[in-house]
Amino acid sequence: MTPLEQGAPARRPNRPSAFWTMRRRQLLWVWGFLAVPVLFYGVIRFYPTGHAFWLSLTDWDLMSEPNFIGFENYNRLWADPQFGKVFRNTFAYLIMGTPISLLLSFIIAFALDRVRFGHTFLRTLYFLPFITTASAMAWVWRWFYQPAPIGVINDFLSGFGIPQVAFLNSTTLALPSIMVTAIWAGLGFQIIIFMAGLRAIPTTYYEAARIDGLGEWSILRRITLPLLKPTTVFLVVFSSIAFLRIFDQVYNMTTNDPGGPLGSTKPLVLMIYQTAFSSYQMGYAAAQTVVLFTILLLVSLFQLWILRERK
Amino acid sequence: MRKGILFAGLMAGISSLSVTAAQAVEIEYWQYVFESRVTAMDQLIAAFEAANPDITVKQVTFPYADYQTRVVAANMAKQGPDVVQLFYGWADKFIDGKVIQPLSPEAFPHAAIEADFFPIVSAMKRGDDYYGLPTAVRSLALFYNKKLMTDAGLDGNAPPATLDELVAQAKATTQVDGAGNMTTAGITLDMAGQDHHWWREVLVRQFGGAPYSDDNATVTYNDAAGAAALKFYTDLQQVEKVGTVGFMDEGQAAFRAGRAAFTIDGTFRLGSFRTIEDFEWGVTELPANAEGVRSNYASYFANAIGAGATGEELAASEKFLAYISSEEAMKIWLDVVGELPARRAAALTDENLANPIYAPFLKGLEYAHTTQFVDEAAQRQTTVDMTNRVLIENQAIEASVAAAAEAEQAIIDQARK
Repeated sequence: MTPLEQGAPARRPNRPSAFWTMRRRQLLWVWGFLAVPVLFYGVIRFYPTGHAFWLSLTDWDLMSEPNFIGFENYNRLWADPQFGKVFRNTFAYLIMGTPISLLLSFIIAFALDRVRFGHTFLRTLYFLPFITTASAMAWVWRWFYQPAPIGVINDFLSGFGIPQVAFLNSTTLALPSIMVTAIWAGLGFQIIIFMAGLRAIPTTYYEAARIDGLGEWSILRRITLPLLKPTTVFLVVFSSIAFLRIFDQVYNMTTNDPGGPLGSTKPLVLMIYQTAFSSYQMGYAAAQTVVLFTILLLVSLFQLWILRERK
Repeated sequence: MRKGILFAGLMAGISSLSVTAAQAVEIEYWQYVFESRVTAMDQLIAAFEAANPDITVKQVTFPYADYQTRVVAANMAKQGPDVVQLFYGWADKFIDGKVIQPLSPEAFPHAAIEADFFPIVSAMKRGDDYYGLPTAVRSLALFYNKKLMTDAGLDGNAPPATLDELVAQAKATTQVDGAGNMTTAGITLDMAGQDHHWWREVLVRQFGGAPYSDDNATVTYNDAAGAAALKFYTDLQQVEKVGTVGFMDEGQAAFRAGRAAFTIDGTFRLGSFRTIEDFEWGVTELPANAEGVRSNYASYFANAIGAGATGEELAASEKFLAYISSEEAMKIWLDVVGELPARRAAALTDENLANPIYAPFLKGLEYAHTTQFVDEAAQRQTTVDMTNRVLIENQAIEASVAAAAEAEQAIIDQARK
């Protein structure tokens, strides 16, 4: 930058002011362009986020002016028996959903990477669920899970004389049943990302390994997986956030008894939605949102720390 | 010079505004989107404007899902409606939030309201003031599938009149396949539908109890009556085996598909059931208990005057509200929407009472109760959970009723704080 600053006045002696150096003008341009997204994010993202923190300390019910009530909403949340259950459900989605979906998508991507015949067609098939509306998919799966005489799976089972499985009407099976649909829905995206990651690994490594006589398993363990780490880190964080924020599938598959039966499938986001837009307790809902935000932040930071590059 | 032109223009604008204001007053009417309701209101507005050429009414509609939020948000921005439709259960919130104002006793004399309307209109009364008047009301009745009854050897024109008959007829019509799966339900069990009203306001009373204290502040069904009512309901699945929660996903879907002989539903379902072509169905009053005690649950959307209406707009709003809660308006509403008139004179006509579909609902209105919900969705959830604890987790009836009463009391206390 220094040569420019020194050179500028010499080449343009008739400049109106020495204040507008090249560097300053460049900065003006940069900030001029940056102002649009900064303003946008400030108004659309950061201001509401900050405001939610403030609302969580009030008793706002949408009708009357919010009153400051300190940490009462947080105390209430802590004492709410529903919150414990919802908290456990949310982590059940995360702890089961993320590893299973990543393992599945890696296996499929790994296999697809080697398939030559019908490669594009197969890839499209796997990607289709991802571009389908979550609520439409949820309703189809809801129909699959119904008891006889309309449920597809139960009809199939009863054809073999197997007793009915109360998928969505069971406090133990409902959550895994919904998770299956969520995993299936997100699979396409993860497969595509994994495949891109696999393609990015230089083939020379594999050739060298084969010449050295490494087996397939060792190649996978010593070359593919370590070199795929950036992709894996991205997908772990991305899918964790998605599972922590799960809503569409749960809400659409249990509309009669949202998050039921007996709250066994209710994630935190659904609880927030009900508190805010069914009970209109905006302050309490804001407190729940702050808790969700904190969880998301901590989980993401923790994962980045665990999967960090060790040099 | 330029300033002069600007000023003149401004003055012209203001004067033209004030001239139109003196000639005609425009008021806004808000309701949620539901095709037949919007059509009916268009007709009412046209008739009203013809009779009152100096008043224009603008109808504004929003999807039901964010209707409440819109009303409240507009009210906070002082852009609220002049006349607004609201569910009776939202009254407390709308009054606390100063969204609606009390009706003036001069324009709407209390004695006339109490004499002409069905008693459930009292759900819009707080203290000495009425806050709104309904055009139409809804009540519950028992729908029956004549074909399934005849197939089971029953008389398709003799629906059950008592709870015992209901159980017996449901048993006769239930069909199970070789694997033991229900293929046709005797009665639909759907607490998330209308059954929670049936349990709360009808069964609890028929078993000798009352759901709430007289001031609606205390839950009172945690007693032998409440437990007996829940036992009757859960026994339909566990002992009598005439229905299953979740059968065909929803009760109304099972009845529509001809897979359930009986279902309890409201007037608002008539439009949907009228399109059934595969079988004949009928409607009868909700069954009485052995002592002949009957009850029903009635609800309604009321029309109220927005808190922001003053002066000329208030006078116009009062005129409009008086018209849309008149007998004439109720007749139009019944024809177009299919909801029952809220005035006795308009409802209990010989024609309506002879109508086999309307009559059972109208009879129900005479002895109906209206629950003072503080948060309908949350309170319904406690009833849904109460049933599921017994049916899915095999909890003891008394314990489940006690837990439901405690949870619902907490919701009421929170709202009344």
